[in-house]
Amino acid sequence: MARGALPAPAALAAKTAPIVDSRLLGRIALLGAAASGYAVILTPLLFVCWLSFFSNEIVSFPPQGYTLRWFAHIFDQNNFVSGFITSLQVGIVAMVGGLVLGVPASLMLARRRFPGREALNTLLVLPLVVPGVVAGTAIYVFQIEVEIATTLPLLGSLAGLALAHIMITIPWTVRLLTASLVGFDRSIEEAALNLGATPLRAFVQVTLPVIKPGVVAAALFGFIASFGNLEMTLFLVAPGQTTLPIAILQYLQWRIDPTIAAVSLLQIVLIGGGMLITDRYVKLTRVL
Amino acid sequence: MARLQLSALTKMYGDVRAVADVDLDIREGELVVLLGPSGCGKTTTLRMIAGFVAPTSGAIRVAGQDVTRQPPWKRNTGLVFQSYALFPHLSVAENVAFGLRMRKRPEQQVVAKLEDVLRLVRLQGLANRLPRELSGGQQQRVALARALVIEPDILLLDEPLSNLDAKLRQEVRVEIRELQRKLGLTTVMVTHDQEEALTMADRLVVMSNGKVQQVGSQRDLYENPANTFVAGFVGRTNFVRGHVEAPGLFRSETGLGIRCHHGADAKCRMLSLRPERLSLSMAPVAGAENCFPGTVEFASYLGGILEYYVRLTPQDRLMVQSPNSFADPAYAIGDRIHLHWPAQAGLVLADDGGSTS
Repeated sequence: MARGALPAPAALAAKTAPIVDSRLLGRIALLGAAASGYAVILTPLLFVCWLSFFSNEIVSFPPQGYTLRWFAHIFDQNNFVSGFITSLQVGIVAMVGGLVLGVPASLMLARRRFPGREALNTLLVLPLVVPGVVAGTAIYVFQIEVEIATTLPLLGSLAGLALAHIMITIPWTVRLLTASLVGFDRSIEEAALNLGATPLRAFVQVTLPVIKPGVVAAALFGFIASFGNLEMTLFLVAPGQTTLPIAILQYLQWRIDPTIAAVSLLQIVLIGGGMLITDRYVKLTRVL
Repeated sequence: MARLQLSALTKMYGDVRAVADVDLDIREGELVVLLGPSGCGKTTTLRMIAGFVAPTSGAIRVAGQDVTRQPPWKRNTGLVFQSYALFPHLSVAENVAFGLRMRKRPEQQVVAKLEDVLRLVRLQGLANRLPRELSGGQQQRVALARALVIEPDILLLDEPLSNLDAKLRQEVRVEIRELQRKLGLTTVMVTHDQEEALTMADRLVVMSNGKVQQVGSQRDLYENPANTFVAGFVGRTNFVRGHVEAPGLFRSETGLGIRCHHGADAKCRMLSLRPERLSLSMAPVAGAENCFPGTVEFASYLGGILEYYVRLTPQDRLMVQSPNSFADPAYAIGDRIHLHWPAQAGLVLADDGGSTS
């Protein structure tokens, strides 16, 4: 056939063969790297999930059997329930507070050129970089000073805790909102103004809906950052007051039964589910 | 629709005069095109009319009323953006209705007007689509409908056709122009495309370096350009540097004595010769006011016209366009020919540095 008419297919194959080999090698290397990346991330998660169903009192291999009683056990622990409620309350306040502060800050950073812009940009990411213990100590001291000066009962109050948590949501909200504002076509805001919208209406009816994926992502990550925070929170809770991460830590000091794994699994399901549901309405992949 | 007056409109950015002393009086229902290269100040002028740029000095009046200090949302202008700037999260119908909703029109009226304007721009079936589901031409019509539905005092078009492909552009040009006439809308359009400007305008304003170079009809600009910038920007032309030696005689720097009609002004040092006003012949033409021997250096066959570059002297090369008629022979590169033209083809102009084009 036509193939046989080609002058020297063997010579051609010999020439191209090494190239194909190195490509294949590259593909295998890439796959290997991706697989080990996934393994590092997923192995601990899978183990936690598995462990939560072990029937052993003390976590050990191999499992003697499987049970769901640890999940029931969570709800017998007052600490877990009240810790979850506190974490939820603080997380929601921090999320909203982070957005209220983050939106105007991002608008300035994304749209205005002013001296110190770069410095401000870096400063707002700082809560992510400063160790939680350091931030916790600093805020602890600061809140004591404020309390002495104003006699407001700040330290140990839910408000004091929420204020501190707003700080740790800021790097997330500002980053995610700035990213979605940078690609924003300003002429559509001008179109709204031209059609009779005041700047506020243009922002609410045009800008916000268009950057909605960024806002939702900012809210979600702000909440997660607050919900999972342990180190800083340890310094700021009142005696007897707990958040969920603190309740887990306290439980771990005395017992190592699979209840902890069950709590973690619930937390993973809760946050993972939240992300999946959100993603159905707003394409988070567009901003993340 | 309303009369639009700009008086001594100026915008400074630091020391740079983006727009300098622009005076314009635009009649009700007139379509005026601001034409010029990028950076000439035409878009800044348009944005001042819309209210997005605050003038440094000067005034803008709509129907006799000073709107210079009014914010954009209080001016009743309809702007069609170059990028269309459709609201990506709203349907065609909601995009178009946006201006009516801002004006708090009753729902019944919104629906009726929406239907009218969508029919006007032939988008009836697409009311529920999102902008990203439309073609470029359809998006352009949505942008136009959105600006028209508010019945603006002034319609502003910012390079409205530059994102359409060439064939569609020609259709939409005519479409917009007919619509604008039918509705009697006072319109200011900005473009750098001279063909677009010539097709659509009642009157043209040629701008360069923030200044108005000339205001006039298509014919005014082409036949009587105010300076070399206008002559070079509107249509194509040949420039010959030299001076007016005697009334009716221009002496080029290379020594050619060219008969021309205009100009005794000592400042005018440039002669403009439109390529289609020049003619070629094999033999010298007896009685021609200007006739010079030359050589064809380059010839292009462009269908309707034939274009030649003719060398007269080592420094002078002129572009010539002849109609592709059966009467005229086609010349080839290397042909030794004679170039002739009447005195009235030569315009002596002030050189403002725009002659390089």
